[in-house]
Amino acid sequence: MSLAVDVRANVGTFHLDARFEVGAGLTVLFGPSGSGKTRLLRLIAGLDAPTEGRITLDEGVFVDRAAGIATPVHERRVGMVFQEPWLLPHRSVLSNVALAVHDGVRGERRATAHRWLERVDADTLASRRPGELSGGQRQRVALARALAGDPRLLLLDEPFSALDLPVRRRLRALVRELVDATQVPTLFVTHDADELTALADRVLVADDGRISTVAGPAEALAAIDEDAPHADSPGTATSDER
Amino acid sequence: MDWFPLLLSLRVALLATLITTVVGVAGAYALARFRFPGRGLVEAIASLPIVLPPTVLGYYLLVSIGRNSPIGRAWEAVFGSPLVFTWQAAVIAAAIASLPYCLRTATAAISALDAGYEEAARVAGLHGPRLAFTVTLPLALRGIIAGVSLAFARALGDFGTTVMVAGNIPGRTQTMPIAVFDRVQAFDYTTAGVLAGVLSVVAIAVLLGVRRLERSAL
Repeated sequence: MSLAVDVRANVGTFHLDARFEVGAGLTVLFGPSGSGKTRLLRLIAGLDAPTEGRITLDEGVFVDRAAGIATPVHERRVGMVFQEPWLLPHRSVLSNVALAVHDGVRGERRATAHRWLERVDADTLASRRPGELSGGQRQRVALARALAGDPRLLLLDEPFSALDLPVRRRLRALVRELVDATQVPTLFVTHDADELTALADRVLVADDGRISTVAGPAEALAAIDEDAPHADSPGTATSDER
Repeated sequence: MDWFPLLLSLRVALLATLITTVVGVAGAYALARFRFPGRGLVEAIASLPIVLPPTVLGYYLLVSIGRNSPIGRAWEAVFGSPLVFTWQAAVIAAAIASLPYCLRTATAAISALDAGYEEAARVAGLHGPRLAFTVTLPLALRGIIAGVSLAFARALGDFGTTVMVAGNIPGRTQTMPIAVFDRVQAFDYTTAGVLAGVLSVVAIAVLLGVRRLERSAL
């Protein structure tokens, strides 16, 4: 499994320039707010289009401006968890997860959804509405939904930044466990150095729109320390750029 | 007491609202979610019934569905009698007069939705009609109900447009508002008052029902 990204995107005065290739395992995309992390994830998911360049996952071309290829969002089979859960308030937790399952008849899809709710320890919430859940429970459900569609790539955009530290730690451990179990290549965006050390197999550093360095956690942290004025202090949960 | 005008008004308003709901919600979805050339013009033309005097709207409609128009001729070829001055013409008049109320309210409701819900659903593999029916429209349901009830109220109360294309034929095309006018012209204030009262009670009942519906949605 290999995700290859080589894109430029200009939005107003902001320039994103990302060049990297990552394989299986958990890659942390680290950098301060406004450095282009969320924007990059949106390009990979297909929610935005790059100005130029290409993104491929193994043989599959997600987007290639020069060749005029752009695979629609719903065909990319990417699992994504945003800072907010975006669960549909008018549907049950189970139904929210089942919406992401596309294989099998209705009963099978619901069974798959149930299994994923069990995996994230939220099966007791299956019949509840998202509005009755705590923030941590909602992100567990969002994680189940992201994985239930059997994704080829998992994108996590500061999924736990709005949660209390103890909850965040538990969910972090859950992500680690799920990535190891499913072997889905994962990009995890954060500006929290704790999260970086706890999770990263390797690190991509985002700095003012430039995303390129692939390094191990120790090298990344060392590089960031030198660059201290740019980095946020851990735990300042601000909402990231769109 | 002749109940015909009330029953006709309800039938016309319900059918008109049905048409308006389908056309209005589909149109609202297109206006709120797609960029296409002439989008502004479509929105402006669809909003004309709010701005134009009902009689002017009725005049245009009369020309469009009259016996010499393509629509009028097609109708006559199929059904054997003219479309104008029938209760079906009243349905068309009420539908067109009420369309912008549903269209505008529903467009605003859909446009106001947080993009995150649809984006999360698209990444999860939803698209096309399934995305619209499972995500967008349910989330905008309150606004859609509000628009549909406004459209129903407008359809129930239409006078000018209806009288232009359907006329004032007692027992055939005379709806409640026209009957009230007709009775006043005949100095029969008692019947006019009763009709006005009945129409008001029906309108209030409908609006109360809609309120309950709106509260139970989400």
